[in-house]
Amino acid sequence: MFEYATAAVEGALAAGAAYADARVVVSKQESIDVQNQAVQSLDRTEQAGVGVRALIGSSWGFFATADLSRRAASAAGERAAAIARASAVVPGDPMQFADVDVIQETYETPYVEDPFTVPMSEKVDLLVGVTKTMQEVKGIAIATGSLTFFDTNKWFVSSQGHRIHQHLIESGGGFDATALGDRESQRRSYPQSFGQYETGGYEAIRTWDYAGNAGRIAEEAAALLTADEMEERETDLILEGSQLALQIHESVGHAIELDRILGWEAAFAGTSHLQLPKLGTFQFGSELMNVTADATLPGALGTFGYDDEGTRAQRVDIVKDGIWVGVLSGRDSAAIAGLPPGGMVRGDGYNRLPMVRMTNVGLLPGDSSLDEIVADTKDGVYMATNRSWSIDDKRLNFQFGTEIAWEVKNGKLGRMLKNPTYTGIGPVFWGSLDRLAGGDEWIHWGTPNCGKGQPMQVAHTGHSAAPGRFKDVRVGVRG
Amino acid sequence: MSRESHLAEQILDLVGDRAEAEVVASTGNLALTRFANSFIHQNVAEDGEAVSLRVAVDGRVASAKTTVTGADTLAAFVDGALETASMQPVDEDWPGLAQPSRVPAVEHVDEATYDASPEARAAIVKDFVDAGRGTLAAGYCQTEGRSSVFANSAGQTASGRQTSAIIDGIHQTGTSAGTGHAASVAIGDLDGGTVGRLAFQRAIDSATPFDTKPGEHEVILAPDAVGTLAIFLAFYGFNGKMLEEGQSFVDLGTQQFDDRFQLWDDVTDPRALGIPFDSEGTPKRRLDLVADGITRSVAHNRKTAKKAGVEPNGNNVPGAEGWGPIPTNLFIGGGDRSVGDLIAGVERGIYVSTFNYCRILDPKTMVVTGLTRNGTFMIENGRITDAVTNMRFTQSFVDALGSGRILGLGDDARLADAEFGPGITFVPTMHLASWNFTGGAEG
Repeated sequence: MFEYATAAVEGALAAGAAYADARVVVSKQESIDVQNQAVQSLDRTEQAGVGVRALIGSSWGFFATADLSRRAASAAGERAAAIARASAVVPGDPMQFADVDVIQETYETPYVEDPFTVPMSEKVDLLVGVTKTMQEVKGIAIATGSLTFFDTNKWFVSSQGHRIHQHLIESGGGFDATALGDRESQRRSYPQSFGQYETGGYEAIRTWDYAGNAGRIAEEAAALLTADEMEERETDLILEGSQLALQIHESVGHAIELDRILGWEAAFAGTSHLQLPKLGTFQFGSELMNVTADATLPGALGTFGYDDEGTRAQRVDIVKDGIWVGVLSGRDSAAIAGLPPGGMVRGDGYNRLPMVRMTNVGLLPGDSSLDEIVADTKDGVYMATNRSWSIDDKRLNFQFGTEIAWEVKNGKLGRMLKNPTYTGIGPVFWGSLDRLAGGDEWIHWGTPNCGKGQPMQVAHTGHSAAPGRFKDVRVGVRG
Repeated sequence: MSRESHLAEQILDLVGDRAEAEVVASTGNLALTRFANSFIHQNVAEDGEAVSLRVAVDGRVASAKTTVTGADTLAAFVDGALETASMQPVDEDWPGLAQPSRVPAVEHVDEATYDASPEARAAIVKDFVDAGRGTLAAGYCQTEGRSSVFANSAGQTASGRQTSAIIDGIHQTGTSAGTGHAASVAIGDLDGGTVGRLAFQRAIDSATPFDTKPGEHEVILAPDAVGTLAIFLAFYGFNGKMLEEGQSFVDLGTQQFDDRFQLWDDVTDPRALGIPFDSEGTPKRRLDLVADGITRSVAHNRKTAKKAGVEPNGNNVPGAEGWGPIPTNLFIGGGDRSVGDLIAGVERGIYVSTFNYCRILDPKTMVVTGLTRNGTFMIENGRITDAVTNMRFTQSFVDALGSGRILGLGDDARLADAEFGPGITFVPTMHLASWNFTGGAEG
């Protein structure tokens, strides 16, 4: 496959590109969805093609084709250069491009059990079984389960001499139970909303003991119908790990994307409240807040060997003792900011232009535990599992809903509460972080559906988190 | 014979009599010229073809998709789908294939758009950017052309071509942003200058916003905000699967909305985009969802229609097994009042250009939270007086459109942008009695 990527790069250079790179991507995906013990869909998708990126002046030109032949790849390179050249109608300053090591390597996701060779009957039986268990709980109207597996091969070539092959395997899934009332629906999910996804094989599914948790999840969903509504007030908020992971994703991960900070995403995804002159001094949160972007974490969903610009995966400090110290960057954005490129540029398939994406943006663990945090809370709420998320275009004002909550009174979990929500302003919220669970409860949560870019791209990102407590948060916002 | 027809025929031949089968084969291109900080920074295009296949082997169903369409690989693709299906339990709800039926002779195509050049897109971007003075422009110009063929082993066939062209962007001051959007079947219809001038004016007019108190406010919603209402109602409510499962607010035959509210889906309307059949080969026809405030129908694919005991109405979409059938050519009936007239009728209220990052809190009540963006203004004594900072809302969309809540409808209906994307809603400006703002965007 390297020959097609090379042909594409040569085509772009011959057409006048100052720099070019190309990726041949061959991928397959298998998805199984079961609802109420019946298979809703069983879908296999395969995709193959080459995408080539050409830099001329101030713009990237990009062209992709599914035709994997030397002739088509070379023509794609020429088209990419022509597209870049057309950008000169509305020009900017010439694009800068930071130097990186020229790499010729291979990388493969470590895995134990190839998910594509696990018998289909085993996968379907697992999901049929958990939906059956959930349906047996009184009040459960809809029980669903899903599994999805990805197998991706990428061959990357650049005009600077990169030549990298990667083979990535990702596995994930989950299930949920929905209880219906007269004018409401209540849902509980496991391991988290949208399922838990990791790099690795089928072992990533077995770890989570679906069968052992289905009954509990369904009972909680049913119980929510008769639970009390969360009242609106300010109180101490304890977040379960997967909800805290999404909080990190939305209010930290996107805010630190350098392309957003530079205004490249202003019209769609938005910008950021963070400004580069404040890098190194801005107080993002309390001293307990230590965030890294680490693309090397074994098993985490945002782990790989090299990004789609050929930069080696790495760990970068983002927030240290509450101070903002790092960004997510690529070779072009880092050069403008005068920072080393972070190896965080990825494209969604062969036919999308690589752009700055989160890797594994996680909150390092503290030294407490959920039990200790609850025991230490006189009056508060404990919220678990995301139900809704919304945040403004500068990544400041957020409102999250979770599936379930419990009142915390005098160090003990009390009443179950339904329709929990909380809202806040990023740095204020993070500044109120005062307790954080430790490594035993630190999980590499995976987000398989991060949307960004035009045309839209979906990225798989990781967010390590343990439960934490935030002081004086507004909860119970309703329409 | 077109390439996509050839692909569809090849695949049905490969399936033979081993299964019921339906195929969608498409070829086409997508190109998008993106700009930020007032210059083009990302400029992309792709050509491609794709095949989707669904097979049913004695009621055992599987589907597969591929972009690898060489003659030497299609046989393995088909065999893989059949093998997968044969391992499944029988789908008791399998509705069977669409039978031969006539598809409306509608084609939303413009040849110049099908083959639009990067220079043509860049010229529109230049007009948009040049419409501002001292502001930073960002956005995109997109063109798309696609040819699709449907064929199944029951004998139903359909083919269609479609194009679309979009200019969408903002102008930004140091403290504000204003938005503009236009979409059409033809790139020649796009006027980057006009769209850019609206965005520029909104940015300038909102350059010194003030914080207003959250709470219930009368609102004027511009088309790009109304588009989000329409698609949320469609996705979570007028959805045969959500209704069958008891998750929808819909109560057929009941007055659930203001009697001024008319909502329908119609790909045959000349102002719509798209092709007149769905991915099951069912012809699309006008579907009245709400008439005079009374909920009339919901979108169905073959499976949800079978369960409901009605005819499918052509609204299957990729992924419908999970989230259900969705109407994607939505129209809200307009009024006869200019936007100026609508604003003149407001003693004190808020004008919203667009919503942003809207998310459903509960489909049964249709409570949604989101924010305003790119131009939010105070209306006092019948005119816009000041800009206000972006605000968060938490609001039931059904309640907002309830009886007596629609105070006016504009005469400016157009293809609008919306939370789920452009080109799927054709809606006017709307004057609503109240909207629940629950906080300022920046605290």
